[in-house]
Amino acid sequence: MSEQTAEITAPDLAGTGSHLEHLSMQQALNRALAESLEENAKTLIFGEDVGQLGGVFRITDGLQQRFGADRVFDTPLAESGILGMSVGLAMAGFHPIPEVQFDGFAYPAVNQIVCQIGRMNYRSRGTLPMPITLRVPSFGGIRAPEHHGESLESLFAHVPGLKVVSPADPHQAYHLLKHAIRRPDPVIFMEPKARYWQKGPVDTADGGTLEGARVARPGRHVTLIAWGAMVARCLQVAELAAEDGIDVEVLDLRWLKPIDTAALAASVTRTRRAVVVHEAPRTSGLGAEIAALVTEECFNVLKAPVERVTGFDVPYPSGDLEDEYVPNIDRILFGIQRVLEHRRG
Amino acid sequence: MNSTPTPPQEELTKLYELLVRVRQLDIAAVRWQRQGIIPGYAPLLGQEAAQVGSGYAVDTARDFVFPTYREMGVARAMNVDMVQYMATHKATWHGGLYDPAATHLAPIQAVVAGSVLHAVGWAHGQTLAQHEPVHGAGTGVALTYFGDGASSQGDVHEAMNFAAVMKAPVVFFVQNNGWAISVPTAAQVAGGAVAARAAGYGMPSLAVDGNDVVSVLAATRQAIGHCRAGNGPMLIEATTYRLGPHSTSDDPGRYRSLADEQAARSLDPVQRCADLLRTAYGTGDDYFESVFADAEAEAERVREGLESLAPRPGADMFRYVFQETTPALQHQETTWREESEHV
Ligand SMILES: Cc1ncc(C[n+]2csc(CCOP(=O)(O)OP(=O)(O)O)c2C)c(N)n1
Ligand SMILES: [Mg+2]
Repeated sequence: MSEQTAEITAPDLAGTGSHLEHLSMQQALNRALAESLEENAKTLIFGEDVGQLGGVFRITDGLQQRFGADRVFDTPLAESGILGMSVGLAMAGFHPIPEVQFDGFAYPAVNQIVCQIGRMNYRSRGTLPMPITLRVPSFGGIRAPEHHGESLESLFAHVPGLKVVSPADPHQAYHLLKHAIRRPDPVIFMEPKARYWQKGPVDTADGGTLEGARVARPGRHVTLIAWGAMVARCLQVAELAAEDGIDVEVLDLRWLKPIDTAALAASVTRTRRAVVVHEAPRTSGLGAEIAALVTEECFNVLKAPVERVTGFDVPYPSGDLEDEYVPNIDRILFGIQRVLEHRRG
Repeated sequence: MNSTPTPPQEELTKLYELLVRVRQLDIAAVRWQRQGIIPGYAPLLGQEAAQVGSGYAVDTARDFVFPTYREMGVARAMNVDMVQYMATHKATWHGGLYDPAATHLAPIQAVVAGSVLHAVGWAHGQTLAQHEPVHGAGTGVALTYFGDGASSQGDVHEAMNFAAVMKAPVVFFVQNNGWAISVPTAAQVAGGAVAARAAGYGMPSLAVDGNDVVSVLAATRQAIGHCRAGNGPMLIEATTYRLGPHSTSDDPGRYRSLADEQAARSLDPVQRCADLLRTAYGTGDDYFESVFADAEAEAERVREGLESLAPRPGADMFRYVFQETTPALQHQETTWREESEHV
């Protein structure tokens, strides 16, 4: 069901012909990494188990064999070490593409990410740029052990000097990763691990515009704002709502920092109603920032307060309770209903 | 440590029975994962002696143990309920359902090196409490487990330094099982020995054959005694081998050969203990058969317990965030009930 919906609503790339491929997100990311290593001899991939094993999700599969252990290597098991070393390598002119094995294991590296990576460019008055792309398999949905299902976007978005992006499908993953790696600033690249194995069309020749948000599905009555794995779920919701005559627009935010305020404003100005959907806990989640931006931009046209359908203010639960925590179709539909039924008092 | 005296028959049989129970439960758990009874598991196959020998040395009345995610054998040796322990692998509750305060086994820890510093804090607490003698003779000792991979984490180095400087009664128990997922110890620890690092922190260490349950027990008793007497921390490095995959989602064929695994199999810790029983006490086949049957029966009881273990109610998500909940959380719980039709 989920794959089907995603494919139906994926950008219509047929006809452009020769560069269209059907890839999983894992394959698309692997391809993007290989091409980035080819393109720039200064790029390096390192982290835990990324070499011989190809990463626990196989995103770096075959890269060490192909590019050698100087370019793609396993580090000792220490995330602070991985990110701290990235700073020094960047100072030495390299373009590190470190991997943190799972979202929850970025926490041991927060000191280096926040206090060093986020501000070295500033501290050095632009003379020591940090072209680091930190790949983090992110978000939940795979019934994994503790710390393997977390959503850290608002934590990273809050830090000055970091950019944050998350792809929703294989095509986005392929192009956004290559784009992020080419940037001269640090980018936290949040991969929706629950979507690694779903296939979709990838046009390797044409990524379209890679800055800002994108309309994943146009609609007239309400805008669903999402990123990562929640985009596919919102597209499912849109299909269901259409049966009831509700025309849902799905805005794939893509960049969580900087947020594409113009795209938010353009969409909500048309639909006049907005629901933000994210897996992260509600309080101080990115939904709060988006609600504030939409309110600032669209106050006069809004028909209802911006709704937030989010995870709860609880630690990400064990597999048995995962479906109770992650926004599901019902909860998103309730959110849509609330903004549609809202009447100004 | 080959000179370790053979324990009395009663103790050696206890150790052996634990080894077999842990072995059979571990093998069964991998099977349950394949059968869809549990979503995942981290096998300890090959590490039974390191875990049983050390866990057996613990005084569960006054010591406290800090496990990783692979210490089922330690938990079993401490008589923790195995259904409540395995509940973590059934995705029922991350930390397991056993009571850490009552069992003196800290919740299952998924963060590599996550609880090593906790052991230091707990141990220093024992030192402070000793200043008003409440524990009788000798202090409670913290026993903290971690792997060769975990030894790379900064927190482990901080823990060793704190413990040594504060003379905290901590036993750092390293299971060097050769691998951190796909990364061999040689690529993790230059020189290959974590034990060698202890000296730099000013603490003694013991290197022990981790596949010999007798040596592991003796070393752990020695280290606990050292700590209990107020001499500060001690490190044990038990050399063993992770015979199975890192977890049920791992594929070791991508990074090590079958020949490696076959070579390691010759050190089988369960077989070694059986051999010792035969040579030292003339133990016969009847005994081994009945121990095996009992172990199989125990594994079967755990399976039944796990299969009848219902998911925790969703309300548990909200219930344990705080001791004193907040209005926002209560409001979220109400909304969750309404929208999920769990009223
Ligand atoms: C902080 C942190 N980083 C990464 C991981 C992912 N991970 C889980 S186990 C493991 C390897 C641990 O190796 P070791 O410490 O030798 O213990 P073993 O698994 O061999 O028992 C890794 C990288 C984690 N759980 N925690
Ligand atoms: Mg190990």
